[in-house]
Amino acid sequence: MAQIECTNALLGYEGQPVLKDLTFRVSKGDYLCVIGENGAGKSTLIKTLLGLTPPLGGTIRLGDGLKQADIGYLPQQTDIQRDFPASVREIVLSGCANRLGRRPFYRKEEKRRALRSMEDLSILPLADRCYRELSGGQQQRVLLARALCATSALLVMDEPAAGLDPVASQELYQLISEINRKGVTIIIVSHDLPSTLRYASHILHIGGPSAYYAAKEEYIASEYGAKFIRMAGGEK
Amino acid sequence: MMLQTLSQYLAYPFVRYALIVGTLIALCSSLLGVTLVLKRFSYIGDGLSHVAFGAMALAAILNVSNDMLVAMPITVLAAVLILQLGRSTRVRGDAAIAMVSVGSLAVGYLLLNLFSTSSNLSGDVCSSLFGSTSILTLTLEEVWLCAAVSVLVTGIYIFFYHRIFAITFDESFALATGIRASAYNLLIAVVIAVVIVLAMRLVGSLLISALVIFPALAAMRVLKSYKSVIVFSAVSSVLCAVLGILVSILAGTPVGSTIVVMDIALFLGCALAGRLRAA
Ligand SMILES: Nc1ncnc2c1ncn2[C@@H]1O[C@H](COP(=O)(O)OP(=O)(O)OP(=O)(O)O)[C@@H](O)[C@H]1O
Ligand SMILES: [Mg+2]
Repeated sequence: MAQIECTNALLGYEGQPVLKDLTFRVSKGDYLCVIGENGAGKSTLIKTLLGLTPPLGGTIRLGDGLKQADIGYLPQQTDIQRDFPASVREIVLSGCANRLGRRPFYRKEEKRRALRSMEDLSILPLADRCYRELSGGQQQRVLLARALCATSALLVMDEPAAGLDPVASQELYQLISEINRKGVTIIIVSHDLPSTLRYASHILHIGGPSAYYAAKEEYIASEYGAKFIRMAGGEK
Repeated sequence: MMLQTLSQYLAYPFVRYALIVGTLIALCSSLLGVTLVLKRFSYIGDGLSHVAFGAMALAAILNVSNDMLVAMPITVLAAVLILQLGRSTRVRGDAAIAMVSVGSLAVGYLLLNLFSTSSNLSGDVCSSLFGSTSILTLTLEEVWLCAAVSVLVTGIYIFFYHRIFAITFDESFALATGIRASAYNLLIAVVIAVVIVLAMRLVGSLLISALVIFPALAAMRVLKSYKSVIVFSAVSSVLCAVLGILVSILAGTPVGSTIVVMDIALFLGCALAGRLRAA
């Protein structure tokens, strides 16, 4: 049973379809990379998976013990976050807010979880720093640590490396792939084709009239994929 | 000399009532202020204070003994309405608020003009808008009501502190991970409405926003963690209110604007400190 089973889904906003006939599946431990041109509907797919936008048709079924609240999220930065007065520790811990249940305060084990995820992303030394004074790459690590507090099942990311310099963005991709190797399923929207081809296990290429979903090797071997890779200059 | 005058004044119950109520309102409004400012909701506070004015006008012409009983439900309703209107895609949030707030200001003043039996209409209006002396005419019953509501507001804030932080910092993330953000937004809006109706007594409806936003903005200039921002703005807001009330009694200035001037001074001081430290 797959964690996400998407069959003939129709995605869009208030009756305006954006993506038609979308079929793919994500199993535990997969690294699914979503690629496509600007406006193809990648962010729309992400929002639908997160339950922020309902699908207009078709089915998106969660399975393998995955619940909607188990889907963590690494957003692109918003303006609100940029000037927010909060320490790194407070933000990472806020990922545990969905575990509070009826309690007003965090338990020891939740604080430990936050510490562990800061350690995993090597931001423990920054714990008491102010979020808005960190670099873009450090801020993305903080948000990644928060997502890991919320879930260890599946992380969804929308261009997490946008705005980072090449070195910071490579480091981020490496971190994400390490997290993936520990068994966390990853769904990522990316414009960075070399990293995609390096780390992904599956590729979902959306755009034009149809979407193309395949395992990475199959995608590279396919005519469609080879053409896109040549055009995007991802590999010689 | 001044201390002597002060202790003389403190012997009067109405001065003590004013100090108690002032402290409580300053505490509640500054707690919420941080959330409002960070959620870009400060204009909701401003809009609701105008609604509260309209509701008070209605209470005045209905001759209700405790005008808060009329103003409270109407303002809460307006808060819910503004939140819903703002979410619909047809009317933008800020436009919705401008509509509701300026509408109730106009209707409130019109109602007062048409139906008021008071001999000093412009005095009453001025008092609702700028607070004037109504804080010094509090009854014991009103002090208790205010205390009860403040305890409730502070309790709610502390209980939901971590969740409020989560949805303030990143509403989409909170929603995606299973926190019912819209329910908390509603809760926040309702609590704001309640605090605003209370605060009208202290500073009047036009000056409430100052009480809500200045302490939060001041704290954000100098502090770097959310908790410290909350604590600092609560403490400094209370100090400003107490100082403002005492000064206004000693110097005979209007209570509301004196408190707001204290808040402005606090903000300027913090802004300067933040600048100096950055340099
Ligand atoms: N909230 C919305 N309401 C209505 N239409 C929207 C909304 N958000 C996006 N769209 C439309 O949906 C289409 C797909 O947008 P989407 O943001 O999913 O593209 P994308 O693939 O993420 O592009 P990019 O690479 O630029 O991020 C666009 O035509 C856009 O105009
Ligand atoms: Mg996008």
